[in-house]
Amino acid sequence: MTDTSPYDLEALGVSKNFGSFSAVKEVSFDIPSGSFFSILGPSGCGKTTLMRMIAGFEEPSGGDIRIKGKSVLGTPPNRRNVKMVFQHLALFPMMNVYENIAYGLRCNGVGAADIKRKVQDVLERIALPDVGEREIHQLSGGQKQRIAIARCMVLDPDVLLLDEPLGALDLKLREAMKIELKLLQHQFNTTFVYITHDQSEALVMSDNVAIMNQGEFEQIGTPQELYHHPKTAFVAGFVGDSNRWSGVVKASDATGGKVETEQGLPMSFSSAGEAAIQEGSKVNIFVRPEFIRTVRAGDADQLAETGDNRMDGIVDSLLFNGANSRILVRTGSGELVEADVTLTGDNDLKPGEDVHLVWSAKQAMCFAEQGTA
Amino acid sequence: MLAQNKTTPFLIGYRLYVIAFFIFLAAPLISAGAFAFNDSLFPALPWQGFTLDWFFGDTEPKLGMFHDRRLLQGLYYSFVIAIFVAALSVFVGTTNAFLFVRGEFPGKNFFYILMVVPLVIPGVILGISILVLASDTANLFEDRFDLELEFLRPGLLLVVLGQFSFIATITSLVITARLKKFDDTMEEAAFNLGASRARVLRTITLPFLRPAMIAAGIVAFLVSFENFNTTLFLVGSEAPLTITMYDRMAKVGSTPVLNAVSFFLMVGSGLLALLSIVVQRDKSSG
Amino acid sequence: MQNKDIKRLSLILLFAPFALWIILLIMLPHIGMVILSLKEKVAPRVYQYSFANYLEFINEPIYWNTLLRTGSMSLLVTALALLIGFPIAYYIAKIAGPRSRGGLFLLCLIPLWVSDLIRAFGWILLLRETGVISNFLLWTGLVGAPVEFLYNDVAVIIGLTYTVILFMIVPLVSTLDGMDNSMIEAGYNLGGNGFTVLRRIIIPYAMPGIVAGCIVTFMLTAGSYLTPILLGGKNSSWFTEQIYNQFITRFNWEGGAAFGMLLLLFTSLVIWLGLKLSGQTLANTVAKS
Repeated sequence: MTDTSPYDLEALGVSKNFGSFSAVKEVSFDIPSGSFFSILGPSGCGKTTLMRMIAGFEEPSGGDIRIKGKSVLGTPPNRRNVKMVFQHLALFPMMNVYENIAYGLRCNGVGAADIKRKVQDVLERIALPDVGEREIHQLSGGQKQRIAIARCMVLDPDVLLLDEPLGALDLKLREAMKIELKLLQHQFNTTFVYITHDQSEALVMSDNVAIMNQGEFEQIGTPQELYHHPKTAFVAGFVGDSNRWSGVVKASDATGGKVETEQGLPMSFSSAGEAAIQEGSKVNIFVRPEFIRTVRAGDADQLAETGDNRMDGIVDSLLFNGANSRILVRTGSGELVEADVTLTGDNDLKPGEDVHLVWSAKQAMCFAEQGTA
Repeated sequence: MLAQNKTTPFLIGYRLYVIAFFIFLAAPLISAGAFAFNDSLFPALPWQGFTLDWFFGDTEPKLGMFHDRRLLQGLYYSFVIAIFVAALSVFVGTTNAFLFVRGEFPGKNFFYILMVVPLVIPGVILGISILVLASDTANLFEDRFDLELEFLRPGLLLVVLGQFSFIATITSLVITARLKKFDDTMEEAAFNLGASRARVLRTITLPFLRPAMIAAGIVAFLVSFENFNTTLFLVGSEAPLTITMYDRMAKVGSTPVLNAVSFFLMVGSGLLALLSIVVQRDKSSG
Repeated sequence: MQNKDIKRLSLILLFAPFALWIILLIMLPHIGMVILSLKEKVAPRVYQYSFANYLEFINEPIYWNTLLRTGSMSLLVTALALLIGFPIAYYIAKIAGPRSRGGLFLLCLIPLWVSDLIRAFGWILLLRETGVISNFLLWTGLVGAPVEFLYNDVAVIIGLTYTVILFMIVPLVSTLDGMDNSMIEAGYNLGGNGFTVLRRIIIPYAMPGIVAGCIVTFMLTAGSYLTPILLGGKNSSWFTEQIYNQFITRFNWEGGAAFGMLLLLFTSLVIWLGLKLSGQTLANTVAKS
């Protein structure tokens, strides 16, 4: 253990069992100073338990948690310099904004003059300099959010934990707060650990994201890595949308191979997972809708520059959503495939048209099936 | 709604019924209060003109309540008893709320029912059972150790304990309901911000409970003030107001000074009840 | 672990006031009363255990008649309170506009804060021979001479119903308030008429409130002392009066304790039956109100 750790927060094989149920299994990670780190996973994956262990509300059953290089096991929550923004913010309704922010300072025995200066300072940094005397119920959703962050940041924490704080906001405000949180993190230059089940929150804001599933970390990486190079089938399926086929590998080498899907269609892929895939093993193939090109059955010349995979089908329905429009294509074997399309309003695809779907082997992510996945 | 596809006469009838009910509700209170201002020696019609003598008169036969030593003394004892009962009941109600909302222990449901039971025991029985136990204990000490434990004889202490024995249930229910609404993450947030356990209790949890504690205290105060059944058996020489009034009614018969006391009590408890409602509509409940 | 010790300690500290209260003021006094009721005075300051006090109750028809009378009149008052109170509670919870609702509810509560004594006093002033109603009837010429409305069973029943009806209305309003209006609308929508909606939807939903109200009302009525005595006069024969007579007038504590136990057993039995018949428990009725 060194005195000056480059990491603000480290977890070494942290586990937590509730009776015979293990909520968190041997999780390890380290977060460099000043970065925005997200833990993304479906509800019930153990991410909240992990966060409560970092904050000190739960004791780990095994492993170690270090803040600035020092183990905090046995340190009570009110002695850890890890502050937390709660899911429903937990602002104190019996105090005004000023008293909410001053609360932690008072607990630390800071002098009255210093409290005043620090509270005013942090209010200015969150661009709400004049709300000190307001009551909590007079604030808007976004303001409450910022006060909850300010209440923690005024204590100059080593790490700020955020437990799905945007969950209660409406969609529009949530989009705005995503950007604001990222800016606030830059401004305070403090390590943020953000917990969410919303992938777009995690992808937009984070420097690094950990994907958590059933108490384990599946993969840690930058948002781009997770999206384009998922290491497991779970990550591929959980991050972003994809079409999924099950099949058996017919041919395989170091760079990729060929698969026959359950529907009997051939499909080529490039290796995506860590281990090379054996011939004859059962696999899942994921293809993202934006990598599938849709070509009208008549436009044969466009097919010249096609990728390695091709499927024919009939447009089943259009899912119009502006720039994110999509079509559902029913293929010959009866399944529905999603593909992104650009709809210009002029000569667009219509339900019932015959189309070809084409994509490159590079965009087909293949993972060996594990047990009963 | 029930009256939705009924004809309008039904609704009119319904309204008349509701109005009649409220007249029924108000009538005895109005008659008890109004005769306090009748310039007559008897609380009865005909109306003899307006007077405040039954409040402030200082000579017989129209001795006003504020110059009637016995009534004032009763008022004083009622006040002292009610203050102690309210303080004790709020304290125990608060610990009970924490016990039943936060505590985990075997037989919790059984104990919770035990907590509610005093409310359904007739007040007369609470009175005599406590009287019996206190007297038995006092007699025991007298016989065995030759000690006269005066406080176990009927008197202020027994009245306070007797009233407390069932009023504590009321305060416990009120404060428990409030504590159940408490968002536990608020305490965690305070811990997280560096507060000690005692400080969290003092600055977060108790302030949250304060409206319910005040309201429970007012309810306890009022119920104690108006209690008769339990008090009747436990009272010593220091008779609270209800007992004094009852004695007066039984011995002297109804006189307008009793109307004056009634009016005074109605206004006082009305104001206190209103206060308890205002306190409960406090901002932090939203 | 240290944390566990703190938890255990605080649990014990919280349990202590509860235990002191329940044991010292509820359990021990009642045990003491049972023991006392089983004692018989055989000579001055000499007692022996026997059922003599209970036997006296059985052998003396006036005693058990009084208890039966108290019980049946209490049931009648409870039923009246429910019949009169339910439409009022329904009006407050479902029909009144949102603004008048709070006001009406408050109006209902005001008599709650006024002593039994004052309420009974008010009724006396209204009902007696020289009272307001008698005078009013004289004035209208409906009667030729003053009428005494006081000192009969009807006066007692009116006074008792008045005293306890609030304890019926309050739990009813809070349960009906929690009922979703769309449930009633769905009942009509599916073809029910006013009566079936009331019987099949509203009353079953309000059952915990009804039972809670009935229990409290019955207990208060059976245990009331002032109202029957003041409004019923000398021959009100209420059972609590017998207890008082045994204790205070005749100084027969053993007999008074036995009577107290009988009243407690009798009322508990009625409540137990009520809970059994309605399929409710004490915890989800009274404890909630």
